[in-house]
Amino acid sequence: MAILVDKNTKVIVQGFTGREATFHSEQCISYGTQIVGGVTPNKGGQEHLGLPVFDTVAQAIEKTEATASMIFVPPAFVADAIMEAAVAGIKLAVIITEGSPTLDMQAAKACANKYGMMMIGPNCPGIISADACKIGIMPGSIFKKGNVGLISKSGTLTYEGANQVCNEGFGITTAVGIGGDPIIGLSFKQLLKMFQEDDETKVIVMIGEIGGDLEIQAARYIKDNITKPIVAFIAGQTAPEGKRMGHAGAIISGTSGTAKEKMEALEAVGVKVVETPALIGQGVKEVFEKL
Amino acid sequence: MNIHEYQAKQLFARYGVPAPRGFIANTPAQALKNAQELGGKVWVVKAQIHAGGRGLGGGVKIVHSLADVKKAATELLGMTLVTHQTGPEGKLVRKVYVEEGVKIVDELYLSIVLDRALEMPIIMALADGGVDIETVAAKSPEKIIKIPIDPDFGYQGYQGRELISALKITDKREQYKLQNFLKALYNLYIENDVQMVEINPLVKTKVGSFLALDAKMQFDDSALARHPEFEEMRDIHEEDADEREASLYGLSYISLDGEIGCMVNGAGLAMGTMDTINHMGGKPANFLDVGGNANPETVSKGFEIILRNKNVKAIFINIFGGIVRCDRIAQGIIEATKEVNVNVPVIVRLNGTNADEAAFILEKANISNLITATDIGDGAKKAVEAAKMHKA
Repeated sequence: MAILVDKNTKVIVQGFTGREATFHSEQCISYGTQIVGGVTPNKGGQEHLGLPVFDTVAQAIEKTEATASMIFVPPAFVADAIMEAAVAGIKLAVIITEGSPTLDMQAAKACANKYGMMMIGPNCPGIISADACKIGIMPGSIFKKGNVGLISKSGTLTYEGANQVCNEGFGITTAVGIGGDPIIGLSFKQLLKMFQEDDETKVIVMIGEIGGDLEIQAARYIKDNITKPIVAFIAGQTAPEGKRMGHAGAIISGTSGTAKEKMEALEAVGVKVVETPALIGQGVKEVFEKL
Repeated sequence: MNIHEYQAKQLFARYGVPAPRGFIANTPAQALKNAQELGGKVWVVKAQIHAGGRGLGGGVKIVHSLADVKKAATELLGMTLVTHQTGPEGKLVRKVYVEEGVKIVDELYLSIVLDRALEMPIIMALADGGVDIETVAAKSPEKIIKIPIDPDFGYQGYQGRELISALKITDKREQYKLQNFLKALYNLYIENDVQMVEINPLVKTKVGSFLALDAKMQFDDSALARHPEFEEMRDIHEEDADEREASLYGLSYISLDGEIGCMVNGAGLAMGTMDTINHMGGKPANFLDVGGNANPETVSKGFEIILRNKNVKAIFINIFGGIVRCDRIAQGIIEATKEVNVNVPVIVRLNGTNADEAAFILEKANISNLITATDIGDGAKKAVEAAKMHKA
């Protein structure tokens, strides 16, 4: 089954004709994603990668019946693009772009919530349902199909985790990179629920990091709602306090947001927490042996 | 991006957030002139550094004569001020702020910061000012007053009244002044993409006015592009030179105190690599995220910056390429070894896009101190071992 996206999901690309958008759209199309067109203002009516370009999201939806969007616009235009998609009726927006102002994201998310649009990201590698649909920039080849659901704040740690899981002989149902910014769309909690309800997913892998308390919120949710086994790694045990470690959201402030705190909270609710990303695959193996 | 107290107060002045009058000084003579211009009989001479705890560290001097203003400025300017927030190495004081003294009747704590769980800004306040908020948050969190402000609707009077009630402010004129204070501060926060503004203490004076005695302000780095005028406020002396240089090349670099240099693509994997090195018995010398656009030039620069740190005994390059193409990293490594004297073992683990091509390129280049690794655990272990041998 997988979650959120599958072979039937119709996707448009906002910022379609840009350089990165073009490269990754080609990659997604090769993977088998149903990209049905894209949006670049003032280029409506043209063709790009053999697909129609539209001036607005509303026009794109009207002609293509797309329900999802991959957003590649520059940081200053991200909030605008998200709001346009939400109001036009897109149901799932995947925002790849890094560097959107926090207040912009606050407003964009409020708008998305109001119009019932789910968001993934920003500043994320996207989502991939193995052998079915990729909306994002992850290398598709490392995500073999299987029974493990993956939720990660980090892009390249997602690849690392998926790679290990597959090297141990298992595979992925869906992998979602939720991004590391202070305000994001779908978080651990909502995705855990979806994986819990997905027949194909037997084990869930969570990759978190320092900053904020999403993992703590997830731990509380797991306690009463998740019965499937979870393996987790939290990056940043060695990160010094007060320093922003790459992601806008990865700052430890005082006692809040440390890796240790999150690891303890997750362990307390029965999650198998591994000390290093090198042990994710092994952790999944051990958990499957007990199933 | 952080700014100094005096710059935050300049912004306060523009928005009508009341603060004591003051002027900035680079020299004792200027400090004296400032005090003369302020008039009165009490002045406060404050060291300007990007760190809190200045008072306890001896960086804030209350004086009662013009001669003492000059004396205080002379002492502070050029001193290395150590506070509980600077680290033991302290920070060099280059400027002092000379402010009029005020008669303080009460001290509060006030800040506006993003609450990530609520996904909106909140006003945080405490009836007792001048304290370390993080200590209170740990020991008596129930004392902290938190009032969320939804930017969709903006600051409303009822939010001020919640604070007034919690602080037990009953005088109507004081209530009015606090309302204006909060409204002005919130506008400043929103219009300038402030990440955090902290006023500790916010003081009430004998005449019932509220003044920001201190000010700490941080801007959202992701929003700087739409505030080009903020660049003028940047104090490069407060920033680590290597970190700054790295950022000019699209590298995110933070220096740490270990012996294993790291170069990784992606912040999470970079942190994970540091964690793995630690697990294998070594200590990371730095955090370095080469970002999605890594190319030979940036990789070369990354090597250069890492190697400036004489503690580095080995370098672990851990790349899992999605956007990042491994062959470009390989080219970068080869170019770096030509431009920079890479005299430590380099452990390379390349996986993902064009990894096979990269392996071929590196093999052909035949670099003597290069060790290949198959995965992150293998790489970290080899790096730790190589560093130990290199020391000996």
